[in-house]
Amino acid sequence: MNSGFGSPALDAASRLMTPFMLMFGAYVVVHGHDSPGGGFQGGVIIAACLILVRLVRGRAAGWVMPPETAVVLLCTGAGIFAGVGLLGPIFGGHFLDYSALPLTLAPAEVRAAGSLAVEIGVALAVTGVLELIFDVLVEARDDA
Amino acid sequence: MIDSLDASTVQYLQAAALLLVGLYGIIARSHLLRKLMAMNILQVAVIVFFIALSTKFGATVPVVPAAATAGPIDPAAYVNPLPHALMLTAIVVSVSTTGVALALLIRIRRRFGTLNEPALLDRLRE
Amino acid sequence: MARLAILPLLALGAVLVAAAGGLPRVGDPESPAATHVSPRYIARGYEETGATNLVTGVLADYRAYDTLGETTVICAAGLACWLILGGRSRGVGP
Repeated sequence: MNSGFGSPALDAASRLMTPFMLMFGAYVVVHGHDSPGGGFQGGVIIAACLILVRLVRGRAAGWVMPPETAVVLLCTGAGIFAGVGLLGPIFGGHFLDYSALPLTLAPAEVRAAGSLAVEIGVALAVTGVLELIFDVLVEARDDA
Repeated sequence: MIDSLDASTVQYLQAAALLLVGLYGIIARSHLLRKLMAMNILQVAVIVFFIALSTKFGATVPVVPAAATAGPIDPAAYVNPLPHALMLTAIVVSVSTTGVALALLIRIRRRFGTLNEPALLDRLRE
Repeated sequence: MARLAILPLLALGAVLVAAAGGLPRVGDPESPAATHVSPRYIARGYEETGATNLVTGVLADYRAYDTLGETTVICAAGLACWLILGGRSRGVGP
């Protein structure tokens, strides 16, 4: 899929929607504590935005994320999750025990901050995996 | 056994029907892509069943309104958040396993030129 | 051959229908799923995790091990997808 669908109407619509989709995705990620949402949902919205641009404009879009970048994103997300989990034992708690983090906040807020970091990691991983799967499946040619 | 056909029985029977449809597709269809679709239907059956387990009469969505956070929170007022969290992960896992399965199917098609199971078995025996 | 598949499915269907009668009613506040772990999650979730969205509290805090394993699974699935169809083939294998 190098060309995309690319009609002018689709192009205009996707240009109009893209910034709002990205912003809504980021909102859903960081607001997951207080409203329906979280890392999975926000990551899916961001990935849907990237895939929309890719579908409409094809490879001509300046937005094409190469599979290598998607893999980096994916592993960064999983690494953030595991890293935040490992901060627990480093500061004298248990694995994935966010209350051990040395932040000067109320105990519940410390745990909320830890799980926010984890949610951001999850969002990166979900964005990366959806983008990677889409890219890999689209690029596959049936050259049997 | 079932005594009467009320709403809760219908919901369980719906999950059972989806499960059977998915299993039938996995067993009886001979095209691998259709087996994959049937596998997704089976996953939906599990998700429907778990979400049905999470509901409570007279309860609302598991998001505590800011006004209610000051006092003690009544567990009967919110539906069970645990199945929701589990199914959230299950949905994402099902998407990624579907991706892996599609990649494998593309690879099989490249190698053998078909996705039909009997034809594939013939090609493997050659 | 495919016709035969209907027989075990009918048997399984009979088992499922029989079991549906023994499950707690949908929406029953006294069902086992609603009385064992989740009341604690709902009652103390906000004061312990600071998340008013209880699903996020369960997902990212109480059950973080589960979510970590799940993130590992999607990481592995993405890498597997990439390696199976691996972009530009470098002449390895058919």
